[in-house]
Amino acid sequence: MRGLSLLGADAETDMAEPMKIRATLKGDLCDVRVLMVHPMETGLRKDSSGAVVPAHFIQEMTVKINGKLMVDGQISQAVSRNPVFSFRLKGVKAGDKLEIAWLDSKGERSQTEAAIA
Amino acid sequence: MSAMNPIRRTAIRAAAAFTAALVLPLRALAAWNKEAFQAKTAAEALKSLGIASSTESKDVVIDAPQIAENGAVVPIEITSNVPNTKSISIVIEKNPFPLTAKFDFAEGAVPFVKVNVKLGESSFVRVLAEAGGKFYSASKEVKVTIGGCGG
Amino acid sequence: MRFRLILLLPFFLALPCAFGQDAKKEIEKYQRMIADSSPAELFELQGEELWKKPQGPRRVSLERCDLGLGAGVLKGAYAQLPRYFKDADRVMDLETRLLYCMTTLQGRDRAEATRAVFGTADRPSEMEVLSAYIAGLSRGVKLAPGTAHPKEKAAYALGKELFFHRAGPWDFSCASCHGETGKRIRMQELPALDKPEFARPVVATWPAYRVSTSEMRTMQWRMNDCYRQMRYPEPEFASEATIALITYLTVNARGEPYRGPGTKR
Repeated sequence: MRGLSLLGADAETDMAEPMKIRATLKGDLCDVRVLMVHPMETGLRKDSSGAVVPAHFIQEMTVKINGKLMVDGQISQAVSRNPVFSFRLKGVKAGDKLEIAWLDSKGERSQTEAAIA
Repeated sequence: MSAMNPIRRTAIRAAAAFTAALVLPLRALAAWNKEAFQAKTAAEALKSLGIASSTESKDVVIDAPQIAENGAVVPIEITSNVPNTKSISIVIEKNPFPLTAKFDFAEGAVPFVKVNVKLGESSFVRVLAEAGGKFYSASKEVKVTIGGCGG
Repeated sequence: MRFRLILLLPFFLALPCAFGQDAKKEIEKYQRMIADSSPAELFELQGEELWKKPQGPRRVSLERCDLGLGAGVLKGAYAQLPRYFKDADRVMDLETRLLYCMTTLQGRDRAEATRAVFGTADRPSEMEVLSAYIAGLSRGVKLAPGTAHPKEKAAYALGKELFFHRAGPWDFSCASCHGETGKRIRMQELPALDKPEFARPVVATWPAYRVSTSEMRTMQWRMNDCYRQMRYPEPEFASEATIALITYLTVNARGEPYRGPGTKR
């Protein structure tokens, strides 16, 4: 999975957490914020050598609670690099499982789960 | 089938319905609407989304800065107060491919989203909310500048 | 996406003579909104991972690195830098100190450790992610760089002199852009960094995620880039000059509660 990787002394390191979820429960309303690592390349940009950087962006994303689909998103290359999304879910309680997943234009996937605290 | 025991027929229908219920959520996932996302004008994008017309509504609220210091990241917060909103679509009119995102909300998901988007130039950001088979819209202009020395 | 330069002229003409208060408010709104939904935290997480990763010939992590509050103590450490370190007998800012720990604790070569101190959008540098992580652990802590030690006083004095010193092909100093109130470049307000009032919000929000390049940038980078913009020769990473400037700016900003890593255009 392509993401932020480090130029370290040894081999490159990929992000341990390609997605960071923060879910805050207020009563039964849950504020969900998700930070994703992704270049979201439009395919219209040229790199320093003048070559066009090929398009590579998240196209689909889902937000599920306890396996139930809550938000189904279709995304374009016009969403900013390293996307940050916020959603609001009702009827959520502590212990519920929040799962966020994405699929990108290269067929790459990522998925992260968190238990609502 | 006519010779079959009525109870057995009901059982088979129930089993079929149950199986369909398991399969349906997967099929219900919105596949990426290539035609709409590759449309080069807002009008074509809306057409591909099946939006023939929309009514401007104050119930569709866009919170975005009027001026963005940089077009690479423009934060947009959208709320639809139209009852039973099923989806929110975002169209950035002057972008090379205006359709930016579409979110479908299931029961329990508030029709609300905050997302960072790219604006290639100063443009109207248009939001369309779908509810009860109709579309409700709102627009907000965001001016894009380039800060600092630029280079 | 091609970010075309906008035709700003009609926009400027629409503004009142003084920098439009409305424009200023809207830009502040933009800054608030991006700070609220920023990818900056991702870099902090990556920095945490790197902090704990054994590296170098000695195969140790940086976890025993002393940033001024004791070996491995990170909470509040960023806010009390730059300061004098007895073991190195010099004033050091965060990145200089990290480099010191990389060479002394991990046994790494200075050349190797500084091969790519400033990263790219796809590959942030070690310094960038470490700075984000460590700075984040000073959130809420008042900036309190060292000012008592003679070398700290000397660094401040040198930094101040460098700030006002004009040189280079354009005869610029830092003060050319940052020495007067009420100035701006295009739509960007230029803070007068010699004055605490304006230095405080700036120093309290670096390192910062730059949305225009999708990169986490540090104070060493900022010094480097300012010199580049003034068309000066490139300053060496963790050099006396860069440390002196960072010291000067941080002392000007002292007392301000740190609230980074920030998010900027």
